[in-house]
Amino acid sequence: MKNKVLTLAQAAALVPSGKSLSIGGFTSQRHPTALLRELIRQKIRDLVIYYHSAGSDVDLLIGAGCVRRLEGAYLADGVFAPVAPNFRRFAESQRVEIVDYSNAAMMARFTAGAMGLPFLPTRSMLGTDMMAESKTIAMNCPFSGESLALVPAVRTDFCLLHVQQATANGLLRIEGQEFLDVQQALAATTVIASCEELVDEAVLRKEPERNRIPAFAVHAVVPVPFGAHPHGVHNRYDYDPEHLRLFSAAAQSDAAFAAYLERFVFGPGSHDAYLQAVGGTERLAQLRPDAGLGYNPGLRRAP
Amino acid sequence: MKKAVCSTTELMAVTAAHEIRDAEVVFAGTGLPMLATMLAQRTHAPDCVIVFEAGAVDPRMLHLPMSVGDSRTLAGAAQAAGLFEIFNYVLQGGRVDVGFLGSAQIDRYGNLNSTRIGPSRQRPEVRLPGSGGSADVAALARRTIVIARHERRRFPERVDFRTSPGWIDGGETRQAAGIRGGGPAAVVTTMGVIRYREGTREPYLASYHPGLSAQQVQDETGFALDLSDAQETPPPGNEELAILRREIDPERIFLK
Repeated sequence: MKNKVLTLAQAAALVPSGKSLSIGGFTSQRHPTALLRELIRQKIRDLVIYYHSAGSDVDLLIGAGCVRRLEGAYLADGVFAPVAPNFRRFAESQRVEIVDYSNAAMMARFTAGAMGLPFLPTRSMLGTDMMAESKTIAMNCPFSGESLALVPAVRTDFCLLHVQQATANGLLRIEGQEFLDVQQALAATTVIASCEELVDEAVLRKEPERNRIPAFAVHAVVPVPFGAHPHGVHNRYDYDPEHLRLFSAAAQSDAAFAAYLERFVFGPGSHDAYLQAVGGTERLAQLRPDAGLGYNPGLRRAP
Repeated sequence: MKKAVCSTTELMAVTAAHEIRDAEVVFAGTGLPMLATMLAQRTHAPDCVIVFEAGAVDPRMLHLPMSVGDSRTLAGAAQAAGLFEIFNYVLQGGRVDVGFLGSAQIDRYGNLNSTRIGPSRQRPEVRLPGSGGSADVAALARRTIVIARHERRRFPERVDFRTSPGWIDGGETRQAAGIRGGGPAAVVTTMGVIRYREGTREPYLASYHPGLSAQQVQDETGFALDLSDAQETPPPGNEELAILRREIDPERIFLK
């Protein structure tokens, strides 16, 4: 079996400027954030991002000036960011192009891409102003006559994911919610997966019902413990409320965000140095989950 | 009866919880809907089934999630799925009884805007997060409950951008747009509860919160409300407040 293991720097170097990309995870969970920081270090520009429920993952790339165009549904992170701050600022100053769809529409678009279909019908989008501004087409079902909306497939050049376990060959196991990772991966030409833990193929093959993405769909595997920080990974570590608040505060202005990038991306220069910069083993231990729950019930989350 | 002293957020959470009936399938979003659904499940609706678009199905949450993707939505859950299952099988399949929505703007017919403020697509005055699952729930749940901060500028005659369809232009216009689900049943705001008349879908004030008058609510609303049926919002019970404060949000993440 092929060994697809790369370093963060090698994997990020696969992504040229100007390409289309989707990012796994959901708001504050399981984003491949270490990979995104490496894209920023390598000065990747003009990315086209397809997203459904993004948080400070996509907002990090926007604030670092890596994104030209966005097509998706939602960019925010609850109480940490009612609207993703870089997204808002870049939108209001016309520095990024945006096409809005609903989450179900983006789900249908990625699913169509993963299925090898050019579009899928949905009952969403009807009666919204997103219809006219996006590539959504109203139609009547040729069988029943019912009103439907057709949304075009998404195929991306790259999909970046972060999962709990992977084999060197690229078989991926996801614990907790899958979000839309499977469809996003299968709708991409090249899939780069970072993982908390590299495991033997024989281990994952003992329980095939728990594996989610086949090795033939995955092109690179990057073992990165705490690779989603400041986002959470079910059963591995919780999201880091202090850092998410710090991120959101920094993302309010270009100057403050440049300082954030210097402190947490360019300055540290590597993932290990980043983990030191966010508080090292002492802070990471505070995010350790309860074994039965998959998160840390004692984590202090209010400011 | 002794009235409990509570904050507006607490009153809204309890009022929203009362909209959930036992054994219903509830599609919940981040924030106040989480408080309302967790409270309903712990009080009058122990068999309500909570679903989150990120993938959790029928949890027995022990700790308040900060977003719908939070691992806390999986505590005691029946299933951990993903967007594909929730949007396709649960929501579009017609299995959601009640969905909760939030919004920056809401108009006369309960249409919601969570996309952008201002007339220009190219240069928005305020860029908002986008639909997320809001447009989907608005179109496909049997009924929706909207949570909103009540200010005149947030309650215009017509939203700047219709992200999520309510009753569109009233009357039969929602069905005419080809929408299958039920439409907005109630808007629980910081000032009261708005509902819609059968047939015309005109909005009326069902209740105003204690300490306010119906006219004060009208003054903060950018369209005419029928005030003829307005009553004072019933105060929360002491047990409901105790559960909210001690069990559900002791950190006061969403409760204010």
